[in-house]
Amino acid sequence: MNAPTYNFAYLDEQTKRMIRRAILKAIAIPGYQVPFASREMPMPYGWGTGGVQVTAAILGPDDRLKVIDQGSDDTTNAISIRKFFQKTAGVAVTTSTVNATVIQTRHRIHEAQLGAHQVLVYQVPIPEPLRFLEPRETETRRMHALAEYGLIHVKLYEDIARFGHIATAYAYPVKVNARYVMDPSPTPKFDNPKMDNCEALQLFGAGREKRIYAIPPYTTVQSLDFEDYPFEPYKHKACCALCNAADSYLDEIVTDDKGSRMFVCSDTDYCETRQAQGHRGSENASPFAESRHA
Amino acid sequence: MYVAVKGGERAIENAHRLLAHERRGDRSVPEVSLDQISNQLSLAVDRVMTEGSLYDRELASLAIKQARGDMIEAIFLLRAFRATLPRFGSSEPIDTAQMQVRRRVSSTFKDMPGGQVLGATFDYTHRLLDPALMGEASPEQPSVVAEAEPGVMPRVTDILGRDGLIEPSPVEDPEHQVGDITRDSLSFPADRDLRLQNLARGDEGYLLALGYSTQRGYGRNHPFAGEIRVGEVSVEFVPEDLGFAVPLGSITLTECQMVNQFKGSDTEAPCFTRGYGLAFGQSERKVMSMALVDRALRARELGEDVKAPAQDEEFVLSHSDNVQSTGFVEHLKLPHYVDFQSELGLLRKLRKEFAEANEAPTPMQEAAE
Amino acid sequence: MMTTIAEMPAGFADKVIAAQSTFRTVMDAMARPGSVQLIRAVSGVPAPMMRGAAAIALTLFDQDTPVWLDEKLATSGDVIKWIKFHTSAPVIADAAGSSFAVIADPTSLPEFDRFALGSPEYPDRSTTIVIQVASLSEGPAYRLSGPGIDGVTVLRAAIGVPDLADRLAENACRFPRGIDLLLVSGESIVALPRTTQFVAQEG
Repeated sequence: MNAPTYNFAYLDEQTKRMIRRAILKAIAIPGYQVPFASREMPMPYGWGTGGVQVTAAILGPDDRLKVIDQGSDDTTNAISIRKFFQKTAGVAVTTSTVNATVIQTRHRIHEAQLGAHQVLVYQVPIPEPLRFLEPRETETRRMHALAEYGLIHVKLYEDIARFGHIATAYAYPVKVNARYVMDPSPTPKFDNPKMDNCEALQLFGAGREKRIYAIPPYTTVQSLDFEDYPFEPYKHKACCALCNAADSYLDEIVTDDKGSRMFVCSDTDYCETRQAQGHRGSENASPFAESRHA
Repeated sequence: MYVAVKGGERAIENAHRLLAHERRGDRSVPEVSLDQISNQLSLAVDRVMTEGSLYDRELASLAIKQARGDMIEAIFLLRAFRATLPRFGSSEPIDTAQMQVRRRVSSTFKDMPGGQVLGATFDYTHRLLDPALMGEASPEQPSVVAEAEPGVMPRVTDILGRDGLIEPSPVEDPEHQVGDITRDSLSFPADRDLRLQNLARGDEGYLLALGYSTQRGYGRNHPFAGEIRVGEVSVEFVPEDLGFAVPLGSITLTECQMVNQFKGSDTEAPCFTRGYGLAFGQSERKVMSMALVDRALRARELGEDVKAPAQDEEFVLSHSDNVQSTGFVEHLKLPHYVDFQSELGLLRKLRKEFAEANEAPTPMQEAAE
Repeated sequence: MMTTIAEMPAGFADKVIAAQSTFRTVMDAMARPGSVQLIRAVSGVPAPMMRGAAAIALTLFDQDTPVWLDEKLATSGDVIKWIKFHTSAPVIADAAGSSFAVIADPTSLPEFDRFALGSPEYPDRSTTIVIQVASLSEGPAYRLSGPGIDGVTVLRAAIGVPDLADRLAENACRFPRGIDLLLVSGESIVALPRTTQFVAQEG
């Protein structure tokens, strides 16, 4: 038995060409989901195979790669993917957002503004924003073809009728370049405004569902809303307990079983950079009162 | 003071070491060899090769060993390896009529040319645990099998076909290249070539359940097991610079031709319809289930109502792959605290508004109570 | 005259790295329409193909991408042989079935509707046309806007396609169906995806 050998960045060249062609069409048709022949990757479907294939197809020896999951470089899946590219591409890796040229992410857009030299690659589980309203691909494809998006507006409006708000907190649908309704991946809606008119190229890879889509730089990305119920980005009522940031997305840390909570930045690089600059938060776990009703 | 969790990298390395340790188990017990797996757990190897779409007994055995006997994990290992292999071309279509048959049963005719060949089967064993196998058993040598007469094992469907009693098997169409679901993403509606490829790689348990559902009335198509045959078939390849077929070797296959209720119209004489299943190795349950589902999925082209789950092409084909399904189900183990936090924030807001509204009930609400 | 394989211009020296670098250049061009990007990978070139077009072919063409060549390229047997040998791409006669088209004579570029435009359901199934042009730094000025462009950008180029602005305006009306263009001059490339608004600058 011969020990298997693998190509630069794991994928064979034919697969890379196929993915590269899909990426170019995705950029040419912003927000449209290009089908591609996703390969079996040495990690499970649903664990970032789409993002990994996109990253593998664009990555070169001069790149500096950053991988985050939930905003953090140190979550196990982020480490696992980073190590995969270190091993298969020998590429330089970094946790610094500003130094990275390619950033692969799951569930977050980091706080630092993206630059023109950067590419952000999203891992996407379900790329179809209409999927939970209409499970059939043949139907959703027709709806996109005709730009027939009434269904999703009805869903959002039903939320308002039931809850008084649009009850979508993450994977909040957007309209790209005033044409295609797109799923931003399960990022919190807090991050949606960062996608609009962004300087960097944003690429989205869904491995199991075999779709690639893109937002070119300087492209309008409008979160769906209504005139009387405009899109409201999520705001935290707290500051980061470590760096005191008031503008970042916060993780809730449960510190005991008596209701104590504290909030810290989800973007670990942002938080650490601020702490290095001398910003200090309360650093104390303070009780958080869950609002109750009888 | 709170310190952010670090050291994920060390944790992963330690987990891998622990996994290798647990895989090995008690080190005083001899390690299982690939030969032992390939020979004594051969049906497991067959399943991993079939759903892993790679005919390599040694690598499939390795995958089973590495996966600690977890079949879906083993299939996944083989698939991931397969995805990196260069592709030199496609073989010539195999001819199962030329199969060196080891087992062949038909439920439609008592006897036919070549006869019924029972072969090695669980079918008529009494399912009694065999204490003799608790130690090292040395079973009796099988009695010498009569040599199958060469060239006299026509397929039952070919016999029916001569009289036009069954629809003809589709012939190769040079205008329509056979698709490849491992190289193109599946789009709907999908033709039968793509559907059969999808089912061949599909999870055995999933196909079994769907096939069973058709028998219970969810898309019933009155099946008869026209023939199930197991044996060796040679594989040939035409290198471009040679221009003629050269044999690559032979592989073991199981084929099921299901004969189903007839179709017919004002212009066409009624005839039986086909459902087809094919798998690597000896995989009878798989090919029979596959043939039932294949037939059910032909509802659209045969002008039948699509009502049952097994007839619903998009549903069946989108959920058949166990490597995909297991990945997505198990990905729920990954951290989701960012999106959960977003939901939590929204839920707290909604509950607060609910509480406020209920603390100061309006006269209207009181009147309604 | 027969060209043997030994006489044929070479492909990329380091296939993997050259293809990656060329792809990133094309990707940047596509993401920033109107920006002039430089292809750095070096390969042999069969005349009358330009270096940039040859690198794009080696990077993106293969057996899954039917290629259509204009008359100037198709009549040069060397180009067809070179493409087949290095990329295995089938060279086809009907532009409507092509994934890529390469044009060496922009003045005789066929109308866009002769190529694949994609369908409303699958607008990605459309031809990308690589056009070899005289210059991507000098010539008439064009004002470009749309996704990938911060406001408006100006491109000076001698493209040579008659009525290009009108054809691109018509192309935009078909959106999401449409043609995407890669303009090549020597080693420089500029992308004009279907979303780019392209008008001749007044005066």
